[in-house]
Amino acid sequence: MNRRVVVLFAVLAAGLVVVSLMSAGAGQYGLPVSDVVRALVGKPLSDPYASGALWAVRFPRVVMSLLVGAVLGVCGALMQGTFGNPLAEPGIVGVSSGAAVGACLSIVFGWTFLGAFTAPGTAFVAGLLTTLAVYALSRSGGTTSMILTGVAVNAVAGAAVALLMFVGDQAAREQIVFWQLGSVAGARWSYVWVVAPLVVVTVVVSLAVARRLDLLALGDRQARHLGVDVERLRLVVVCAVAVGVSAAVSYAGIISFVGLVVPHLVRMVVGPGHRVLVPASLLGGAVLLAAADLVARTVVSYADLPIGMVTALIGGPFFFWLLRRTRTRGGGWL
Amino acid sequence: MITAAGVSVRLGGALLVDDVSLELRAGEVLVLVGPNGAGKSTLLAALAGDLPLAGGQVLLDGRGVGEWGAVNAARRRAVLTQHNPVSFPFDVLSVVEMGRAPWRGMAEEDDDDSVIAAALRDTGVEHLSARAYPTLSGGEQARVALARVLAQRTPVLLLDEPTAALDVRHQELVLSLAHRHARGGGGVLVVLHDLGLAAAHADRVAVLDGGKVVAVGPPAEVCTAELLSAVYRHPVEVFPHPRTGLPLVLPVRSREEDGCQS
Repeated sequence: MNRRVVVLFAVLAAGLVVVSLMSAGAGQYGLPVSDVVRALVGKPLSDPYASGALWAVRFPRVVMSLLVGAVLGVCGALMQGTFGNPLAEPGIVGVSSGAAVGACLSIVFGWTFLGAFTAPGTAFVAGLLTTLAVYALSRSGGTTSMILTGVAVNAVAGAAVALLMFVGDQAAREQIVFWQLGSVAGARWSYVWVVAPLVVVTVVVSLAVARRLDLLALGDRQARHLGVDVERLRLVVVCAVAVGVSAAVSYAGIISFVGLVVPHLVRMVVGPGHRVLVPASLLGGAVLLAAADLVARTVVSYADLPIGMVTALIGGPFFFWLLRRTRTRGGGWL
Repeated sequence: MITAAGVSVRLGGALLVDDVSLELRAGEVLVLVGPNGAGKSTLLAALAGDLPLAGGQVLLDGRGVGEWGAVNAARRRAVLTQHNPVSFPFDVLSVVEMGRAPWRGMAEEDDDDSVIAAALRDTGVEHLSARAYPTLSGGEQARVALARVLAQRTPVLLLDEPTAALDVRHQELVLSLAHRHARGGGGVLVVLHDLGLAAAHADRVAVLDGGKVVAVGPPAEVCTAELLSAVYRHPVEVFPHPRTGLPLVLPVRSREEDGCQS
């Protein structure tokens, strides 16, 4: 295997461990990394409450940020690969905006039929349904048609969210605003156990289709000439993305730029082949979001900044720099 | 190898291919010529199984081309389309490797390395194998795309204007590869614009006009001044090459006449 690939995976794996340990230790109640490791392997800490806080609050939060980041990274790679378009990200097929409508509905109308899982549950279902609607409406027209249909559906979903905010009371509005800013605060093991299997499904599917995504880079017609059932592959990918991203978004809200930027970064280092791109985007997304969460919690003392704001604030200018750099170097898209 | 029987294709209300019957036989290079908009690429796409037919049927090795399923069809026929953009900067070697996709999991997979090396060598792109495809010139991209198609190692090749972006040397190279493939028992259908190339390299020429085949046969029979002038709506001269006797096809150039009239 290519040396750059080995180095990339080694760096990402090491980054994952380091960022996770630092993130678990950091916060209003700071703990050294050595204590975090002791707690992880089940050894007692000097402060008996510290271990409990780590296991009840910090660890599930770190794991949630890793899961959400991983699935966003993988789904970004999947979307860019299936649409043969470097600007594609999970949001273009309406997953995030659909999930937002679902979450807002349950917040505004105070639904509680699933207990604490009501808002995430409705967000998940709405995200899934919206994506499948975009697919069904644009199926026959190819990728451009799907992207344009996504634009239309996103606009309608945006209007629905606006209407719900207008209808809702003060408290509901506040809740909606914070949901849309994105956050992994308040993650509990019970949430993690619900999100994790959905993320695993998405990851398994994406690894299984990775090789065939390479062929889509040649174009739909050319891929078909090489024996790919393009329609079915695209349906499988869209379903996988809908499941994974709906799950992530339903808990964490809207976290932009991870799905867009991570695959680009990976491609810069190891090239566009999806057999490497997909797993590397998984690790890269996980590291990036765990780091963003660490920043969100520590950059301002006694404040938990919205993580979606952090990723967009760093991701936006960075992405712009990336585009400039690619253009000046020539050679087309990353 | 491929048989079109009464094939019609309608796109957006226009009848682009009108009741065409044509057979691609094993061991031949069949060249499709005709003026712009005659339906050459549409017919090629129909033969490849890309388009729904408004009438007739296309048989690939005796069975409807759509009935084979994508993978089985891909083991029997390879298609070179006119334009071959690649959306991400895959290197040339990876692009050519993609041609082996239909053989994954088959015994033929063992030959991947040698087949890919041969395809790179035959099309003269070995020295480009580490370059990113989007950074290549148009002619280089066209040869890499052809290398990918050759790497598919199918009996039938459908090539849509494989020489359009190429210099003289590489035009001849591509058509001699087509010949070699045919001599080895394959069938090659090539869409060409250059009537001289068609006359020189075809075993048979099919002339398409307005979606219909107006003539098909050996170049010496089909490439006549009368027929080509009528089809292209422009006077065309055909005369034998002084050394080889092969038909040379040239359009009548109107420079002197324009000069006289002005």
